[in-house]
Amino acid sequence: MFKSSAEAERELQGAAVSHPALAEFGDKPADIEDTLLIRMYEEMWKLRLFDRRAVSLQRAGRIGTYPPLEGQEACQVGATLALRPQDFVVPTYRDYGAMILHGVPMENILLYWNGRAEGCVIPDGVNVFPIAVPIATQLPHAAGIAWAAKLRKLDQVALGFFGDGASSEGDFHEAMNFAGVFQLPVIYFCQNNQYAISVPFHRQTATATIAEKAAAYGVEGVRVNGWDAIQVYRAVHAAVEKAASGGGPTLIEALTYRYGPHTTSDDPTKYRPAEETDAWKARDPIATLGEQLRAWGIWNDALETELQERMQHMVSEAIGRMESAPPPNPEDMFLHIYAEPSPRLLRQREEFLASLGRPGGRQHE
Amino acid sequence: MSSKTLVQAINDGLRCAMARDPRVILLGEDVGVNGGVFRVTEGLLEQFGEERVIDTPLAESGILGTSVGLAANGMRPIPEIQFMGFIYPGFEQLVSHVARLRMRSRGRFTLPMVVRVPFGGRIRAPEIHSDSTETYFAHTPGLTVVVPSNPYDAKGLLLASVESEDPVIFLEPMRIYRAFREEVPDEYYTVPLRKATVVKEGTDVTVISWGTMVRETWTVIQRLEQERGVSVELIDLRTLSPWDEDTVMTSVNKTGRAVVVHEAVAHLGLGAEISARIHEECILQLEAPVARVASFDVPPPLFQLEDLHAPTPQRISAGIEKVFAF
Ligand SMILES: Cc1ncc(C[n+]2csc(CCOP(=O)(O)OP(=O)(O)O)c2C)c(N)n1
Ligand SMILES: [Mg+2]
Repeated sequence: MFKSSAEAERELQGAAVSHPALAEFGDKPADIEDTLLIRMYEEMWKLRLFDRRAVSLQRAGRIGTYPPLEGQEACQVGATLALRPQDFVVPTYRDYGAMILHGVPMENILLYWNGRAEGCVIPDGVNVFPIAVPIATQLPHAAGIAWAAKLRKLDQVALGFFGDGASSEGDFHEAMNFAGVFQLPVIYFCQNNQYAISVPFHRQTATATIAEKAAAYGVEGVRVNGWDAIQVYRAVHAAVEKAASGGGPTLIEALTYRYGPHTTSDDPTKYRPAEETDAWKARDPIATLGEQLRAWGIWNDALETELQERMQHMVSEAIGRMESAPPPNPEDMFLHIYAEPSPRLLRQREEFLASLGRPGGRQHE
Repeated sequence: MSSKTLVQAINDGLRCAMARDPRVILLGEDVGVNGGVFRVTEGLLEQFGEERVIDTPLAESGILGTSVGLAANGMRPIPEIQFMGFIYPGFEQLVSHVARLRMRSRGRFTLPMVVRVPFGGRIRAPEIHSDSTETYFAHTPGLTVVVPSNPYDAKGLLLASVESEDPVIFLEPMRIYRAFREEVPDEYYTVPLRKATVVKEGTDVTVISWGTMVRETWTVIQRLEQERGVSVELIDLRTLSPWDEDTVMTSVNKTGRAVVVHEAVAHLGLGAEISARIHEECILQLEAPVARVASFDVPPPLFQLEDLHAPTPQRISAGIEKVFAF
């Protein structure tokens, strides 16, 4: 009787992904140094190990709700390694991988997902914007950052990350339009993981791709295999060169997949079949690149063992720093609201501290 | 009758509304296949089909803007906004259109729509998932703002909201979605809008609250009454706008003292309006200025400090003591 088209949609989806986008490597790329190829592989492992450990921490109640990125490493590594230090990363909640690669300490990311304001800190000189939680709202910021760079004649571009679901929000379209009208040095990078929580890509748009939307704004649109860090790197690298030389914005869509739940509170079995996920995992982007590096003669078992140990160690150290951070200071919630706190706020703070029996507190009335 | 959580009572209310009136449809992000991120719409897609339970594109302005057209043209949409912190892309639709279409069309177009919005803090959610900004909506003439504090009221208020010819912002306190169960009738019933309820009668002070804070305040009151020998009247406002001034003033005229407790920040929280009205109406009966217990005037902090941001039992207690100490 009731067969929702949701089910039919799911079947369709299954058919579509029984041929997951394959990473198609041939000969070793001539345009990319061996060290960079190896770095891509290493950074992908760094993010994966970080991610898996973070999920375990959440499951053990040692951090709060967490949005895993596993599966999307090729996108975040390929895109971020193509940036220069002066370029800006403008992330969503799932782009902490890019944040880490661009200079944000891992423990800050862990502190953030553990509900601590210290986790919001971006070190001076690191050009990363704070995580944007409301969908697509960061995209106009990226346009503005790029606009400032243009007005100030800085050699700097901004890269705004977003998801497939975000392409439905007005902010995405407004940002693209500003980027086009003012020819801004901005790159919009969509990780199309084909779901917005439970909602499949074809419920977001009647177009076949995100990339084609660029045309409506007079912006170049590019679609790449988000399963292939090298392809992603090349596309972003070209877009950075173009933007930095006054060529304007680019929209890049990378087709990808998230292995895990939307967040640790989500149950993906409610909306996507396990076979679909398995089909993607069977062509894992990290494993594929590893095989390729070996075929090119620049990777081996000894390097792999050393890498795994080094990365596990690095992640463990970061977890240690997160867990040995002093307990949160309740007073922190009153800080950084204004450059000059209002007298009323100062009074609330004093009363609050007094109620906790802490120094600096004063009872009023 | 069956024992239900707040989530189950709202789910049951939606089911009753849809079974009774074919014009009622649900739309929003993840409300269909997934049954809602809080499972409030669980099972409804299966029961009513995809024309009536609709997973929309991720766009709050689109969800609320199309709801305006749907409602004006004969449907009774119940859009869901996933969290209060994500309603703002649709704010324009709410304040410029949803709230005003009746007025702007001089009664020709009305908007029988219910915007369901999970809200409030202290569920250890990530950033921006814990807003209590009911003032934004209550501040907007033309909107009716409703907040249940228990499963029975939740179902009845929801059904009354669906019956209403005017748009209702139906705020669902996430912290008590599954905190306790209550007997809820299986059949259709309504709980009137614009009517506060006296949760507990008392003679010495009136405490006014809504949503999550009602139960927490009630616990504090139990203890205070025993320890201090005072008698407290507790009012659950239920509809925040337009609110039930009669019930509140009658109570304050009797007790001579009033305290408002809410999770929204103090500055221009609804406590400000309630306090102002009590001073205007009951000044000669008042033994003390009206006290407010609210969150501090800072954005909801990340979750490790959020319990200290909202009114704690200690602060609620101190607020009530204050009107006796005056
Ligand atoms: C404005 C807004 N609406 C709703 C949400 C709730 N929400 C969080 S993530 C998400 C899905 C996002 O999907 P997509 O853009 O594809 O990114 P992905 O999570 O797949 O990386 C939704 C609906 C939000 N954070 N912000
Ligand atoms: Mg997505």
